[in-house]
Formats: sequence, C-alpha cells, structure tokens
Amino acid sequence: MTFTSSVPVFLLAACLTATTALAQKPAASAAPKPPTNDDCLACHGDPSATGASGRSVAVLPDKFAASIHGQSGIACVDCHADLARSADFPHGEKLAPAACANCHADPAAQYDAGVHAVARRASKQSVAAACKDCHGTHEIRSSKDPDSLTYHLNLPATCGRCHGNADIIRRGRIAIGDVVAQFQDSIHGQALSKSGLMVAPDCKDCHNAHDIKRKNDPGSKVFRTSVPATCGKCHEGIQRRYQHGVHGDALAKGRPDAPVCVTCHSAHQIQRTEGSAWKAHVLRECGTCHPESTRTFRDTFHGQETQLGFMRVATCADCHGAHDIYPKSDARSMVSSARVVETCRKCHPGSSASFAKYDPHADRHSHARNPMLFYASKFMEALLIGVFAFFGIHTALWASRAVKPDVHVKPRRPDAGRRSQE
Amino acid sequence: MDDTRATPVEPTAYQRFDRYNRLLHGVLMFSFLGLAFTGMPLLFSDAAWAVRLAGLFGGGRSAGIVHRTFAVLLIACFVLHVWRLMHRLYVKKDLEVLWGPESMTPQPRDVVEMLAHLRWFLRLGPQPRFDHFTYWEKFDYWAVFWGMGIIGGSGLVLWFPEFFSKLLPGSWFNIALLVHGEEGLLAVGFIFTIHFFNSHLRPDKFPMDPVIFTGRVSHHELMEERPAEYERLQRAHRLDEIEVGPAPGWVPTLAKFVALVAVTFGLVMVGLIVYAVLFARL
Repeated sequence: MTFTSSVPVFLLAACLTATTALAQKPAASAAPKPPTNDDCLACHGDPSATGASGRSVAVLPDKFAASIHGQSGIACVDCHADLARSADFPHGEKLAPAACANCHADPAAQYDAGVHAVARRASKQSVAAACKDCHGTHEIRSSKDPDSLTYHLNLPATCGRCHGNADIIRRGRIAIGDVVAQFQDSIHGQALSKSGLMVAPDCKDCHNAHDIKRKNDPGSKVFRTSVPATCGKCHEGIQRRYQHGVHGDALAKGRPDAPVCVTCHSAHQIQRTEGSAWKAHVLRECGTCHPESTRTFRDTFHGQETQLGFMRVATCADCHGAHDIYPKSDARSMVSSARVVETCRKCHPGSSASFAKYDPHADRHSHARNPMLFYASKFMEALLIGVFAFFGIHTALWASRAVKPDVHVKPRRPDAGRRSQE
Repeated sequence: MDDTRATPVEPTAYQRFDRYNRLLHGVLMFSFLGLAFTGMPLLFSDAAWAVRLAGLFGGGRSAGIVHRTFAVLLIACFVLHVWRLMHRLYVKKDLEVLWGPESMTPQPRDVVEMLAHLRWFLRLGPQPRFDHFTYWEKFDYWAVFWGMGIIGGSGLVLWFPEFFSKLLPGSWFNIALLVHGEEGLLAVGFIFTIHFFNSHLRPDKFPMDPVIFTGRVSHHELMEERPAEYERLQRAHRLDEIEVGPAPGWVPTLAKFVALVAVTFGLVMVGLIVYAVLFARL
C-alpha cells in the first residue's frame, strides 16, 4: 500500500484545498494528493479482490476505461467522494453511496420526484431502483451506446431486472406484476425486440426516464387524462381523430368514464388491430361500457358468428369506426343515415338504403325499437311452447299407456280393442 | 314379424312407402341432421359446445358453407316431392292426393281420432281405428312442409340479402334471422323428440320402426295398427295391389344402423340444446 502519509498533514492539505481551489480537481491540489485511479486499481483492479464479507470489490480496469466515466477521465474519488478526504488505506468496508447528483443534478432532481425515490425515502428496506440499478456502476455507458443498459433497445430488459423479477415484484408490492413480460408480447415490445425498430417506444417513452410517476398521480404522463397526449407523441393522427370523436369529446368535458387509449388497447398488452384476436378482444372492451349493444349484437348474425370464432364479419369498429366515433345523429358518423349504406357496402357491395334497414343490434324484446320483430318473436315463442306442450303431454300419456298394456281393462266395444291376437 | 312367418298363407308384406319416397326420406334425414348440427351452433353461439361443434366443421365460416350445401339438398328434396304431388294431381288426375284416406290433408276424422286416442291414453275408451295416415303423422308431415317453406324461405333471404333487399326492407332480415333460428329449433326439437318417440321409441315400436327404410308393413301390423285401412282395402279388393315380397336381407340391417346413428345424433343434439337452455342462457 502506498497511501501511508500521516493523517494531520493530509487533513491540513485538504482544508487548504477546500478554501483556495474548490472548483479545481483534487488531483490538481497540493500534496498529499487524494488517491488516483491507478492507486485504487492497484487493489481493486485485481479480479479476485473481495471485501471482508467476501463480496467482490473488483473494478475491471478495461471495463471502467471503456465506460463513459473512464473515457472522460473521471476519477474514482469524484464519485466516491468520501475517499478523497480519507488517508487511511485500505479504507473501511462501509463507503458513502456514489454521489451521482454532484455532476448530474437535473436527472437526480427528476429522480427525486419520481416513484422510485419516494419509495426509497419511505423505507430503508425498499427495493426500489437507485441510479446504479438502471445505469450500472463502473461500466456505465452513454444511453446512446448500443451496449448501454439504458440504450433504447435494451431498456425493457433493464427495467425487467426488477419489473420482471417475481421476488422484487412481491417485495415491492408492484400491483401490475410482471409488466415487462406483458410488454414484450405487445406490438411495441415486438417492434423493439423482434423488428429492432428504433421508433417503437420503450418504457421511458411513456413513463419518463427519471421522473417516473404513478398513473394516479396527475403529474404522470400516464395519468388518465394525459394518456392521449403521451400516445399522441407518436400516434398524432390517431390522437386528432380521437379528440374529434365522441370519446375524446367526453374526455375533454371531464367525464370520468370517458375511455382513453389504454382503456381499449390496454397499456402494456397492446395488440395488432388487423388480427382476429384483436377483433374478438375489442368486442369485450366495447362491451364493458356498452353492455346492451354487445348483448343485442350477440343476438344477431354478426355477433353469433364472431362468438363461434369466425371474425371475418362486422364487429364494432367495422361499422362505428375506431377513433373517430360519432353519435348516430352526427352526419360524420359511419352509421348516420347519410353514410350507413356506404358503411354496409364495405362488406356487402350490393347494399342499398333498403338493405341498410337491417338492424345489427335488433332487440326482439324491445317493442319500441323493433316492433315487428317483437311480435314475430312472441308468435314464435307461442308456437314453440304450444307445440312442445301439446306433444309433450301427448307423448307422456302415450308412453305411460303403452308401457302398461290394458290387460285387465275391458274394451268398451268388444270388437274395438283386441282384434287379431291369432 | 313372427306372425307372418307363422301363417305363410298370408302375404309377406304390404307396401307402405315406395322407393321414391324412401329415398327422399333418406336424403331428408341426412340433410336435416347436417343442417341441425351446422345451424344450432350459431343459434346457441354463447354455449361452449357451439364453438367446438362449429370447429368440427372447420369453424364458423365453413360450418356455414356446409349448412348451405345441406340446405340445397333439402330444398331439392322439397322440390322433388312437390313435383311428384303435382304430377299425381295434374297428370294422373289422382284426386286422392287432395282428400280421402290416402291424402295428407287434415280432415274431420283426424280430430275425431285424436280425441279418441287421447281418451284411450286415459283409459276412457278404445283405441281408434286408424287409416293410412294418422293425425300425428299428418302433423309431422305438415310441420316439415311448413318448416321447409318458412326455414327455407328465410334461409334464402339470409343467404342472398343483397338480392332480397330489392324486394324487402332490411328490417325483414332481422325477422328472417329470428324465424329461421326459432323454426329450426322447433323442427330440431320436434323431430329429435316427438317424431322419434311417435315413430320409433314408443314401447310398441322400440327401438325403431323400419317401415320408412324397408317401405313394408307386415300383414299383422297393418291389421293391428291401421284396421280401417286394412278393411277398406279388403272391401275394395285392393290388398293384392300393394302386396310385396320381403325386403332384401341387407335392407333391415342398414335400416337399423342408419336409424341408430340418426337417433343417437338427434338425442345428442337435444341434450346439447337442453344443456344450453338450462345453463348457458339462464
């Protein structure tokens, strides 16, 4: 060990440096100097270096040299600032945490306002992420570096180290569960991991990198009323249509039940909308707010077919539109009297005004909506009940009569009952 | 059957259904079962079995194609039947098609016989003396005839809605869909329970009456079950006109097999419907 200079001299030097050359790097101060990186690596550069507890304390020199801090000539004691003033080497086991905020004040302030910092302040035992949990320690790279933990294509896996870890999910009481698995299977996750699309969002694009807030926090990018703007950063055209439509209008008017993007598409399990799976799924989504419409849809041909898994028939969005849904009374609506024939023609090219009088949501129980159907339904019910009641009784009587032949009942007319027993 | 063997002087059998009608009934059975099994999944699409059953036909789309194929077959049956009736009526001038004991037309005697039959059920009177067609056979016939018109007609509307929208407003398609389904349910329920019982499963016929397959009734059967017909034909000396030899040996065997399969499928369908009505709809 080379750092064995006497404590008083070192302290004096440190005090002088603090008053005269505060802004300068410690290396520039007068002797005795704080340890240089080479000093540190003399011990820590050994890959087998361990602390008293047996935990590895190795810092691989080439890994550090390749990191953004190594590249920009940051000294070990810039982050491990308590060692800059220490003269007692080998130093103690317990060190103060690396002081990232000294240089990275803005991200640190953002982080401090975020959900991870809040959780860590609330409990000493918190498993919430600190800087190093996402960025790594000595091997930190720029987030633009493809090898970085926070590189666009790598971030979901990095978040997944906690948000895909069953133990941490349980201990951190993370209600949403293994959200990274959900995301990986979604259209966004697939676009990132399978297609390698840099335009596809990773976690931070919706949640922020440092200033991550809970979805019920009005300051969050994923707070209900902020969701359309967050999605609209990429899906601007959709956002515009949504804003004009009945759902966006309801949101703008402050209706608490107005659906936003994630209400129908989910937050992390967003699917392609071309496939059958989505068509089946969105029926249930629409049905959570429009149960009557789903019920009457189920009672007619389109709904019966989709129930059987044949999805090449009209479902909600085929007739009503997806984002620019308007009330039927609005001429812009796809089911308005002005546009309904054109809408039917998407599947039924020979549609006419007469054809479009078909009611895809006919309700046989509603006299007000479908009077003819109502009476037809009542007639059919009476017919079925009448036929089955009469023949049910007829059959029951016949069966009971036939299993017990009339051995001891005398026929009224001697010639009528048993005639040919030869 | 044994009686006819025991009295060899009597003719072996009388013909009740000719080959044309037996064949039509065979095609009718086959297509009806096919229509039931491809149609009921749509009507009970909210039941779990419906999805599986449609899956057996390759899913909703191909079940629909199979359904329409069977429909064409059944419509062909219907046309051939009506064609033959018209031929008998207009070419052969056979007015017995319209009225009398050999006609399917409901007549006053049917009401009388039905009431007498009900009295007999309750042990209040003797068994009625039936002729060629009983009242329940006529009901079966007209139920199918009416069903063909209603279900076939509404089915065509649903098959070609764009064409029919030139003749009817689209709101009628809603009625066509309702009527098609409910009539289908009525037909399936009726054939697979009431018709099966009346014709095959009742104790004196159990497990089946092969007459629709063999076309033949024994001398004993005719005298026992249709005494009025027997006496009428005897009086008119027409019994020998319908006398036929025994059916070829394979016919009863095939008949038993076909009937067993049909009854089994039919009862399974009834079971599925009852299950859906009790558990999926309530």
